Amino acid sequence: MEKLSTNMGSETSTLTQRSSAKDRLKKIASSWQLYVLILPAFIYFIVFHYGPMYGVQIAFKNYMPSLGIWGSPWVGFAHFKRFFDSYYFWELIRNTVGISLYSLIVGFPLPIILALALNEVKDGPFKKTVQTITYAPHFISVVVIVGMVIAFLSPSSGILNNALQFLGFESKAYMEDPAWFKTIYVLSGVWQSTGWSSVIYMAALSGIDPQLHEAATIDGASRLQRLWNINLPYLMPTMIILLIMNFGSVMSVGHEKVLLMQNPLNMPSSNIIATFTYQQGLLDAQFSYAAAIGLFNSAINAVLLLFVNKISKKVSETSLF
Amino acid sequence: MSSVAVIKKSTIKESKTDRIFLAIIYAMLIFALVIVAYPLIYIASASVSDPSVVNSGEMWLWPKEVTFEGYTTILRNKDIWRGYINTVVYTVVGTSVNLFVTIPAGYVLSRKDFPLKGIFTRMMVITMFISGGMIPSYILVNNLGLTNSMWALILPGAASVYNIVVTRTFFQSSIPDELTEAAIMDGASNFKIFSAVVLPLSKPIVAVMALFYGVGHWNQYFEALLYIDDRSKYPLQMVLREILVLQDLSSNPSTMMSEATAEYLNQQQNLSAIIKYGVMIVATLPIIMVYPFLQKYFVKGVMLGSLKG
Repeated sequence: MEKLSTNMGSETSTLTQRSSAKDRLKKIASSWQLYVLILPAFIYFIVFHYGPMYGVQIAFKNYMPSLGIWGSPWVGFAHFKRFFDSYYFWELIRNTVGISLYSLIVGFPLPIILALALNEVKDGPFKKTVQTITYAPHFISVVVIVGMVIAFLSPSSGILNNALQFLGFESKAYMEDPAWFKTIYVLSGVWQSTGWSSVIYMAALSGIDPQLHEAATIDGASRLQRLWNINLPYLMPTMIILLIMNFGSVMSVGHEKVLLMQNPLNMPSSNIIATFTYQQGLLDAQFSYAAAIGLFNSAINAVLLLFVNKISKKVSETSLF
Repeated sequence: MSSVAVIKKSTIKESKTDRIFLAIIYAMLIFALVIVAYPLIYIASASVSDPSVVNSGEMWLWPKEVTFEGYTTILRNKDIWRGYINTVVYTVVGTSVNLFVTIPAGYVLSRKDFPLKGIFTRMMVITMFISGGMIPSYILVNNLGLTNSMWALILPGAASVYNIVVTRTFFQSSIPDELTEAAIMDGASNFKIFSAVVLPLSKPIVAVMALFYGVGHWNQYFEALLYIDDRSKYPLQMVLREILVLQDLSSNPSTMMSEATAEYLNQQQNLSAIIKYGVMIVATLPIIMVYPFLQKYFVKGVMLGSLKG
């Protein structure tokens, strides 16, 4: 009973930091159960995220499975040199960066526009229907999405070519033409993800003080003016953070989807760094070479991320870190 | 520019420019609605329409010359059944592992008195930007002996930083400090607090996490492509990949009634188009059925995540 009353009398809550070492020790000791609870997550990150970081050194070695990571001989930057000097180096860079930038330029604004538009509509069945339907494609697997694309674009039986022929145009095998690859990739991506990506912006918009809008309306501002001067600036921080994060993954363009969309005919456009890494490392068993390319990829991503983050710090107040 | 300040704000009518603006907005939204809905309707209709009508383009919205032959062929395909069962198993086991790792971690990180909170969070966030890469990860999984087993699909993705953070945010805002303090003063151990106080309150977040992780498992294919060689262990998406992407319908010759008559082969060719659409529906079916009811949970999950900023 006494213990209880002394605790109740103390200023700080029992949960905040105490200064005495003995108390801290007691606190750590009594939290051993918390450590147990977080142990699975800890082990997971160490093994599956930091573990491979140890394995990254094979990019500088000639990895042979029989010798293991430790036993394989060092070759320094040989793999990187080989990659930079290769005839396909620039094609890979061009494709990877091209698809990424195209994706970004088209795909970044659309969710924002959708959220702003939805925000203007009052709650009701129409709004709900639009939301439900536009969110839906996000849950479709990438295999089905690519399957849809291939089926719709089929020169003989696809609905797109059927429509074109109906309108008097020629049917065309779009999936086999390198010139169309980026567009197909980006547009199908937009179709799938715009709705879901707009949710973040909708969430942000719901935080705007309605009084701001009321005051603006009384002052005679039109909807468009209110959108431009209140809503859009409010979304800026969210937009910037997401933009920065997108830049950080420019070089790791959705390889899962590209891999499914690739075929021998559209290779000149669809060969990207990540799929090339897969092919070299896992199909051709050139582990070290592929690891080097992968490392190069990650390094560029990291540099881009830091660079864009720094710019954003200078230009606005928002940044990732 | 000034207009007289009207006190009764509810009776301010939309000005002409506003009405035009709103009309444009509605037009845009209807356009978005149609663009998204049309392919979905088309696929559903095509899967039950006669193949020749589909291929020629005569059927373009609603089903024409309804036939269920596509579906009966699909239901007779053993690969698809096996893929389905495999995926169900992988999803259930995988999601359970996910919850087991994510929920306790999210809770512990929400506790203000957890000493290693900052370090652990930083450790996690770093992994979002730096990773070993595809090849070192592959070698690791291989060396751990997980190749060709379901664990290669489950363990490498046992938790995502984003989800742990969302869980943490949830606990931070829904388990008041006083509750925890009271339990501590009552002499409860941390385990007891977790099981008796936190878990019962965590139903919403468990639901959201189960949904997020569950859909992820259902739809994954790349890890299976990397680590699984045994066709009997293929998840559904790998079977789909063969049918939809590799354009190979005869993934298991013995289930196709493929006699070598030219006419029959021709029929199969035709059938292949509507089988593809049917397979898309069959594979996405659980998600289709569950989605309308649980959409608000998914959205809530994203909103929770965005609060963190």
